[in-house]
Amino acid sequence: MMNGSTIIFYLLAALTLTCGLLSVLTRQIFRAAIYVLFALIGIAGIYFWLEYDFIAAVQIVVYVGGIIVLIIFSIFLTQQTGEKLAMPKNDRKLWAALATFCGFALTMLQIYQHNFNTINVDKHAPTVADIGHQMLDINKTGYALPFELISMLLLAALVGCIVIALRIKPEQT
Amino acid sequence: MMEPGLYHILFISTALFFIGMYGFFTRRNLITMLMSIELILNSVNLNFIAFNKYLWAEKMDGLFFTLFVIAIAAAEAAIGIAIIINLYRSHQSIDVESAEELKY
Repeated sequence: MMNGSTIIFYLLAALTLTCGLLSVLTRQIFRAAIYVLFALIGIAGIYFWLEYDFIAAVQIVVYVGGIIVLIIFSIFLTQQTGEKLAMPKNDRKLWAALATFCGFALTMLQIYQHNFNTINVDKHAPTVADIGHQMLDINKTGYALPFELISMLLLAALVGCIVIALRIKPEQT
Repeated sequence: MMEPGLYHILFISTALFFIGMYGFFTRRNLITMLMSIELILNSVNLNFIAFNKYLWAEKMDGLFFTLFVIAIAAAEAAIGIAIIINLYRSHQSIDVESAEELKY
């Protein structure tokens, strides 16, 4: 029996995996960026399917709206138009495919041999209010310290980006 | 086809992880390598969310780890692109093979 939710899940999974695969195989860098974008949208859809709405929104805002746009801008700044990426060497392709396939097979074997005792509680997914309360909680289960650390890290990254990307002035005379 | 559950999502995240791995091994262009890293980080996030949903639905720890991973990924992408643009300015190329002064 197929119901609507199942069909949507398989469509999202197909979108994610197809676009991910195409993005590492295509030889045009701009198309690779667009395929990554659609793979990330597929993952956001899976988050929606799992009813984790907040994470899905963060995924779309940060990844699709932020990182991919940044990557596309850097492609514009660094690539010549119409230039294709170099074809990887055949032996490198062969070994990479072999290694990743072996890793994939090994991991899937481990996953299917392990028996997760999944619980089937019909609990509603956490709301934004729950997330906010626990994130700024300073008690034992709270996440106030990692939150502050991430804030410091983002500030450091911001300053670091500006320092790295600054144009060094030509020699003063 | 079965009702999708934990194993299906683990299949997706494992496949996406190794797709990103393949891209990381075969690409020589720094921006495409960065995109492969984004795919890998996303598969890890999906894993956290799936475990949180199906094994510990009453807690939210996986959700917080996902949020922190997304924040760190954003910082990492910004720094990486700043370095790439700086490298392009000094070498006129963003192939990993063109940045080998530190090797010798």
